Amino acid sequence: MNLNEPRAGATSGRTIGEVVLAVEGVSLAFGGVKALTDVSFDVREHEVRAIIGPNGAGKSSMLNVINGVYRPQQGKITYRGKTHAHMDPHDAAIRGIARTFQSLALFKGMSVLENILAGRNLMMKSNIFLQALRVGPALTEEIEHRTRCEEIIDFLEIQHVRKTPVGRLPYGLQKRVDLGRALAAEPKVLLLDEPMAGMNVEEKQDMSRFILDVNDEFGTTIVLIEHDMGVVMDLSDRVVVLDYGRKIADGTPDEVRASQAVIDAYLGVKH
Amino acid sequence: MTVQAGTPDTFPKLLLTHARERGDAPAIREKDLGIWQTFTWSQVRAEVEALAAGLSKAGLRRGAHIAVIGANRPRLYWTLTAAQALGAIPVPFYEDAPSEEMVYVFQNAEIAFAVVEDQEQADKLFEIMPRCPALKHVWYDDPRGLKHYTQPELASYESLVASGREWARANAGLLESEIAKSHGANTAIMLYTSGTTGNPKGVVLTYDNLIMSSRAYAELEGLRDDEEVLAYLPMAWIGQNVFSYAQWMVVGFRINCIESGETVMTDMREIGPTYYFAPPRVLEALLTQVTIRMEDASWVKRRMFQHFMELARRVGANLLDRRPVAALDRAHYAFGNLLVYGPLRNALGMTRVRVAYTAGEAIGPDLFVFYRSLGINLKQLYGSTETSVMVCVQPNGEVRADTVGPPMKGVEIRVLDSGEIVLRCPGLFRAYYKNDEATREAKDAEGWYHTGDAGYFDAGGHLKIIDRAKDVGKLADGTLFAPKYLENKLKFFPYVKEAVAFGHGRAEATAMINIDVQAVGDWAERRGIAYAGYTDLAAKPPVVELIRDCVEKVNADLANDPKLSGSQMHRFVILHKELDADDGELTRTRKVRRGFIGEKYATIVDALYAGVERVVVEAQVRFEDGRTGAVRAELGVHPAKTYARQAVAA
Repeated sequence: MNLNEPRAGATSGRTIGEVVLAVEGVSLAFGGVKALTDVSFDVREHEVRAIIGPNGAGKSSMLNVINGVYRPQQGKITYRGKTHAHMDPHDAAIRGIARTFQSLALFKGMSVLENILAGRNLMMKSNIFLQALRVGPALTEEIEHRTRCEEIIDFLEIQHVRKTPVGRLPYGLQKRVDLGRALAAEPKVLLLDEPMAGMNVEEKQDMSRFILDVNDEFGTTIVLIEHDMGVVMDLSDRVVVLDYGRKIADGTPDEVRASQAVIDAYLGVKH
Repeated sequence: MTVQAGTPDTFPKLLLTHARERGDAPAIREKDLGIWQTFTWSQVRAEVEALAAGLSKAGLRRGAHIAVIGANRPRLYWTLTAAQALGAIPVPFYEDAPSEEMVYVFQNAEIAFAVVEDQEQADKLFEIMPRCPALKHVWYDDPRGLKHYTQPELASYESLVASGREWARANAGLLESEIAKSHGANTAIMLYTSGTTGNPKGVVLTYDNLIMSSRAYAELEGLRDDEEVLAYLPMAWIGQNVFSYAQWMVVGFRINCIESGETVMTDMREIGPTYYFAPPRVLEALLTQVTIRMEDASWVKRRMFQHFMELARRVGANLLDRRPVAALDRAHYAFGNLLVYGPLRNALGMTRVRVAYTAGEAIGPDLFVFYRSLGINLKQLYGSTETSVMVCVQPNGEVRADTVGPPMKGVEIRVLDSGEIVLRCPGLFRAYYKNDEATREAKDAEGWYHTGDAGYFDAGGHLKIIDRAKDVGKLADGTLFAPKYLENKLKFFPYVKEAVAFGHGRAEATAMINIDVQAVGDWAERRGIAYAGYTDLAAKPPVVELIRDCVEKVNADLANDPKLSGSQMHRFVILHKELDADDGELTRTRKVRRGFIGEKYATIVDALYAGVERVVVEAQVRFEDGRTGAVRAELGVHPAKTYARQAVAA
């Protein structure tokens, strides 16, 4: 599959651009446990990039390195032309990296709308006193934020639970709200940590549709971790495969599927 | 018959009148981005003018058909009016109709133009386009996902209106002159009947049909121009079309388009409609929700609810009908109104409902009485697509659960010896499109329309519908068997979602049942019964007991009925899958297709009468994405107790 060709089935017109994020020789260890060893790969603008691998392969660690939660012992990360030994989470967020979490990060007692509004935290510019009084620029700003959040609610088709406390929603919907919260930050790069874990087939289809739509409508670059092979192969432009913290394959879904190292890692190999 | 001289006789003319006389009054609202957006009559007029100009420029001519496909969106309503302004005929579609079902209509009506809501509908049209070569233009309302479509036939609604706006500016007065060319006797709209057999038939309705019956009805109910109406039912259904379009134009009230199918409850509470229309199915779903929520409520609330609902069943309907009620009961009811009925009406969004109607199919008496006893003026009416709905309407004070009321002004009704109802009325359709044979079958030489419903007039002059004429049967011993009657009784239980009764020509009656997965699931959860899905839940022994209990209660009830005591159900099965319109088991308006089900599940029907305890079935199911798969299940055939006919207490 040629990278510049649209995905099969989609009538996408997006063009995949330059490399926006590059990870070079990253190694991460927790004491004696090596989570990542000398991993390098890059992510290009507007593409859907998947990181896959068996359990414990270091996928979530990789995401945590990208948005600065973990500091790798070796290697460097280049994001939009700036090279770092490690990213800073706050800085990463300001520069347009948002993420969702495998074990949701939502305020269970707050409504869907409030949770999504919380995702715009970094964009709220007026000071806290004006916000509390809802006057002047704070009011204008609040209207703008609310509009944006409503657009996301409309986009994700969760109007019917707008005012429902998140804790009362089924898991599949909570996942969608988590995506909404991440989208509210208007990210350039969106990191999705197992967006479809624990979902049924129909919910997975919905979520896949939303991910493709985000990528398509907003041009958001997407890095996702996923277990479901079918989903990964359908969604992604390129896939990087990790096993025991090492990169064992990198390429288009077809290339990866054909790779002997990947087959061995997934199906096991006779010693 | 024609509309009174001097009054506007088409919908576009009515629009012009409203825009001229009360241009700043709100006409239509839509909830968008969480806020109700209002459009006034003059705004609607401006929009319709531009849209009509755009359509005319694109080649929509007098007499041509244009498809309108989608949920209740103001832009789709405007499309109806804009097409009518040009003398073209809109053909609304059910939004959940699969593309296969659309092919026939597109070919039959030679549709070249379509205005659709979104990508989903556009995709369907592009799928059928090779088979419908006449289709040349598709305009969409919601651009989401359509950005990269390159089909030359596709364009946005906005671009259509923009091109029209320019053109209208250059050709001022064009709209008025086009509108003036149409008259009451012209075709206003074509609606395809869902059709329980064969291809759907296009029912041709004129402006006179719709406007006359809407006007007669508005007079009867004293409808005002400040009524609030919720637009939430499919546009292709005649009920929706009459209540939210024809009457909207005739009376000039406000319609409110819901945000999405899932937000109906919230939207209804926010709008507080004063005039409400719901098919029994919707009312049933609401009641199921209330029942479930009450079961989860605290002990005190539950007791309070039970106590006052008992009182309401006894006196509520009488109070509504202004029949004498003891002073003590009155006081008691007023107290209940404060504690239970008022808050419940509020939760249902029915606080402001002045008049509510149900139609479309027979309503279970218990369900009907439930709403009336709360003080909601729910009434029944009778009619069909072919009659522009309005045939019989229950006047205030004469509302009964088992009749549909006396004929409306201008309606003549006769009951044939076969029990079939035939009628003549101002709303009676002109013809089935391109189907003279069917037209002749339905409408005889003297203009009597054969409804296909069986019924009779009761002592009070009210029409009583028992069932479809062709469905009413006899058991082997000759006693009357009205399957719908049994099914409705079963469906009143919140645990039963759908029921299909069998018994014609057989020794005894039996039933197939679909459990309501939400209600039964809740019930199971509270008892700590784990289940994997519908099929699993339906097979759980405690669930079987639960349903058996429902069936036996119906039997006990039937035992008291002299006419129908013979149709007690001796056995039942709980189906392994939910009946679905996509599998052809329900019509698009969600009525069970008994004949089709009887054939499709012949093995189950045989088992019901074969005296076996278990039956193995395999069924094809169609998933929402169009794929099919097979479901295999082993079902139990369960016996139910029947009762000897009880001596009626003196």
